[in-house]
Amino acid sequence: MSGSTTAAGVGASQEPAGTTAGRGSSRGPGFLAGPVGRNLGLVIALAVLCVVGAITAPDQFLDVDNVLTILRLASVIGVVSIGMTFVIIGGGIDLSVGALVALSSVWATTLATQQMAEDVHWIVMVFTALAVGAGAGLVNGVVIAYGKLVAFIATLAMLAAARGLAEIIANRRTQIVQDRDFLAFFSGDVLGVPTLVIIFALVALAGWVLLNRTTFGRRTFAVGGNAEAARLAGIRVQRHTMWLYVLSGLTCGIAAVMLMARTTTGSSTHGTLYELDAIAAVVIGGTLLIGGRGTIVGTVLGVLIFTTLGNVFTLNNLSSSAQAVARGVIIVVAVLLQMRLATGNFSLGRLGRGPGAPAATGAPAGTVSGGSVPGGPGGTPPGGAPERPQT
Amino acid sequence: MTTPLLEMHGIVKSFPGVRALDGVDLDVRAGEVHCLLGQNGAGKSTLIKVLAGAHQPDAGRITWRGEPVSLSTPQAAMSLGIATIYQELDLVAGLTVADNIFLGREFSRLGLTRPAEGNRAATALLTRLGHPEIRPTAEVGSLPAAAQQMVSIARALSQDAKLIIMDEPSAVLDNEEVERLFAVMRDLTADDVAVVYISHRLEEIRQVGDRITVLKDGRTVATGLPARETPTREVITLMTGRDIEYVFPERRARPAQDEAPLLEVEGLGLRGSFADVTFTVRAGEVVGLAGLVGSGRSEILETVYGARRAGAGTVRVAGRRLRPGDVAAAVAAGVGLAPEERKSQALLLGESVYRNISISSLARFARGGFLSGGSEKAAAREQVAALDVRPADVDREVRTLSGGNQQKVVLARWLLRDCRVLLLDEPTRGVDVGARSEIYALIRDLADRGVAVVVVSSEIPEVLGLADRVLVIGDGRVLAAEPAGALDEHRVLDLVMEDAAAHGGAAHAPYEGDVA
Ligand SMILES: Nc1ncnc2c1ncn2[C@@H]1O[C@H](COP(=O)(O)OP(=O)(O)OP(=O)(O)O)[C@@H](O)[C@H]1O
Ligand SMILES: [Mg+2]
Repeated sequence: MSGSTTAAGVGASQEPAGTTAGRGSSRGPGFLAGPVGRNLGLVIALAVLCVVGAITAPDQFLDVDNVLTILRLASVIGVVSIGMTFVIIGGGIDLSVGALVALSSVWATTLATQQMAEDVHWIVMVFTALAVGAGAGLVNGVVIAYGKLVAFIATLAMLAAARGLAEIIANRRTQIVQDRDFLAFFSGDVLGVPTLVIIFALVALAGWVLLNRTTFGRRTFAVGGNAEAARLAGIRVQRHTMWLYVLSGLTCGIAAVMLMARTTTGSSTHGTLYELDAIAAVVIGGTLLIGGRGTIVGTVLGVLIFTTLGNVFTLNNLSSSAQAVARGVIIVVAVLLQMRLATGNFSLGRLGRGPGAPAATGAPAGTVSGGSVPGGPGGTPPGGAPERPQT
Repeated sequence: MTTPLLEMHGIVKSFPGVRALDGVDLDVRAGEVHCLLGQNGAGKSTLIKVLAGAHQPDAGRITWRGEPVSLSTPQAAMSLGIATIYQELDLVAGLTVADNIFLGREFSRLGLTRPAEGNRAATALLTRLGHPEIRPTAEVGSLPAAAQQMVSIARALSQDAKLIIMDEPSAVLDNEEVERLFAVMRDLTADDVAVVYISHRLEEIRQVGDRITVLKDGRTVATGLPARETPTREVITLMTGRDIEYVFPERRARPAQDEAPLLEVEGLGLRGSFADVTFTVRAGEVVGLAGLVGSGRSEILETVYGARRAGAGTVRVAGRRLRPGDVAAAVAAGVGLAPEERKSQALLLGESVYRNISISSLARFARGGFLSGGSEKAAAREQVAALDVRPADVDREVRTLSGGNQQKVVLARWLLRDCRVLLLDEPTRGVDVGARSEIYALIRDLADRGVAVVVVSSEIPEVLGLADRVLVIGDGRVLAAEPAGALDEHRVLDLVMEDAAAHGGAAHAPYEGDVA
């Protein structure tokens, strides 16, 4: 074979790492323009919310403290949503995240753990929470990837079991975090930015790099987009799937630590309904529930939208029921906007093309060639082969 | 004699209800093009999947350079140096061209990807295949089938393999692209790489093949035949067990010129794809569209059908104008289209054969909205028998059929439906020689019953043999419209090539992102 190619890895070591940055330049619009453009619907939704907030509660909403409150609230669910993004892009779902947050927080605040933390260092509590989250994620992953249980069922079972175990361990009591240093560290701030927000930012950044700049991320898209093709390409699909759930569990552990700091407690009621909030944030962020497509930036925006919404409602003394209704509306509106604005990347037509999707059920036609949806299946017209979303 | 690169002995593989391979032997030498022939469902794809580590054989031995090996995973096969181009385009639609080519073997350092290098290497590979215009950052799902096939081929080339398996790569390619693929194959064999090549086009086998192995019903019936010397007749007889005349059916006396046309297409245009296409088809006539892949033929059919909204021009059926972009109106007027991309556009893979066949004609089998399964199945059985779908079991899931047999199922759907105008896009793609003759006969038979048929095919002899009149399409325009008898293969190729040259290779424009 001619030398026009080198196997991956061989050629990899020949050039300095700077080349990765070269990708942005080859993509026409500036690097920042890309993600913003693709998430335009979300940015607009967030902007509208902010305007509403600023108008209805002009004094409070724009206050720095209020903004920090929003961010602090967004942090915990945000970290969980990052893990969820990976699982969903990889073609799965994790319903157990809320329960794992509870279990991790309880396990990390038992008398025994706190005693050990007192003897050694509060980092023991952090490690315990991360290990419990990741361990439970590993159980999810093994059952789903190797046991071939449907993810929905396996994580639903974990949801029940983990919350039950948390109740048993805590004996249904709220466990107070005693360690002053732990609380001081996590409730502090750096240059005015709360530690929790920094943690969220770091997790989101790490998630972005992992998804867009590593082989792991690339393979996640492949596993979720076409598992059979991924298998034939030599990717260990089962092992990869397992790691996705470990990752999700790990983010639950991180979220548990953050929640312990914010509430100064560990409790079996922590993280209730987080699974729904996380899935909603991920989905309005443009990640396809059938897998294969999605972005971290979208997820972050999704989380911010929901948290800001809650804040605006609270400032205006509106009931949480009204908030729930607004939430539902937002989900639909944001996803619709996203589909219209994201230049066909998320067009309905494309959904119909997923593996095994009954592409031809609609018309008696047996062919759904694009119809009037620009950039739909049947081949994009020569005008614009869309590029892969890259955020 | 030197040890062969690869030997397979007595390979057996069963699926629930079928024994796909029943003791197959194959030996491949370094530097040869070894052709694998057999009818649809003979077991070719299953055999190469065993070789690629994608299927585990139930019995049999595999040796690689004289050493026994076990190909328990795709990775195991790849690490020996076996690269595979699968029959179904096995690409991830949501990833870019470069990502797909290097999937599983990404350019990376410490787990961090290096997209710039991947893109560069991808461009180099695609240029070698004659397609520098396929951008490495384009999303694979947005590319036409032929371009996707190029990505699959580039994928295999990128692996620096010792043995490359190609399962019907030419099915979605046109002559020129096939030629380029052959040139690449010759380069490979000159470097002592072996190629296992599967195709139903016997001319291709003669052109590039060194030796032939023939499979029939999961067994090797002949192996090591010299590809150039073995007479076509003998190969066909080995494959089918019958003596088949590879001929086109007789044309009926041409319909009278004064008869009103059934389908009238006038000045039809679609922005960025084709312009000013005018032709008519009378009842009983077969009109063929010849041209390169990407020349706009499929788009013309889809626009006539209303699946794409025409930018200009009119379509009339029996004198009545069809609303542009309205499939339902076209179907109501009796127009049917068997699309080119069967798997994504037409088949319900998880459903049974008979449901896939009857889906477009359900009204015929329903009374007051209730379906009569019996008559549905009976009608499907008739079609299955006529097209020689194997196994002839209408209750099987379509997913478990071989590639060629899946094609036949889609075709059966449209043959069953009572259409006045039938548009067929590549009706014999991936179909074996035996079944081809049957399909030709069926198409002719439909025409004789008064249907107006339009056929698109990349195989020029097929268009010339089957059609009454031929439209040569180049770069979205009608280059010539003549009776089939007045054209021959060279004339068609000349027309197409001259046009491509005049437009600076614009025949590939449809793959490009910024032409419009
Ligand atoms: N996953 C599967 N499950 C059940 N049966 C299968 C499966 N894959 C293949 N078969 C059966 O095995 C037989 C051989 O199929 P195979 O795909 O190898 O044929 P082929 O020679 O490649 O045909 P073609 O020329 O149409 O591609 C067929 O009868 C097919 O129905
Ligand atoms: Mg096959």
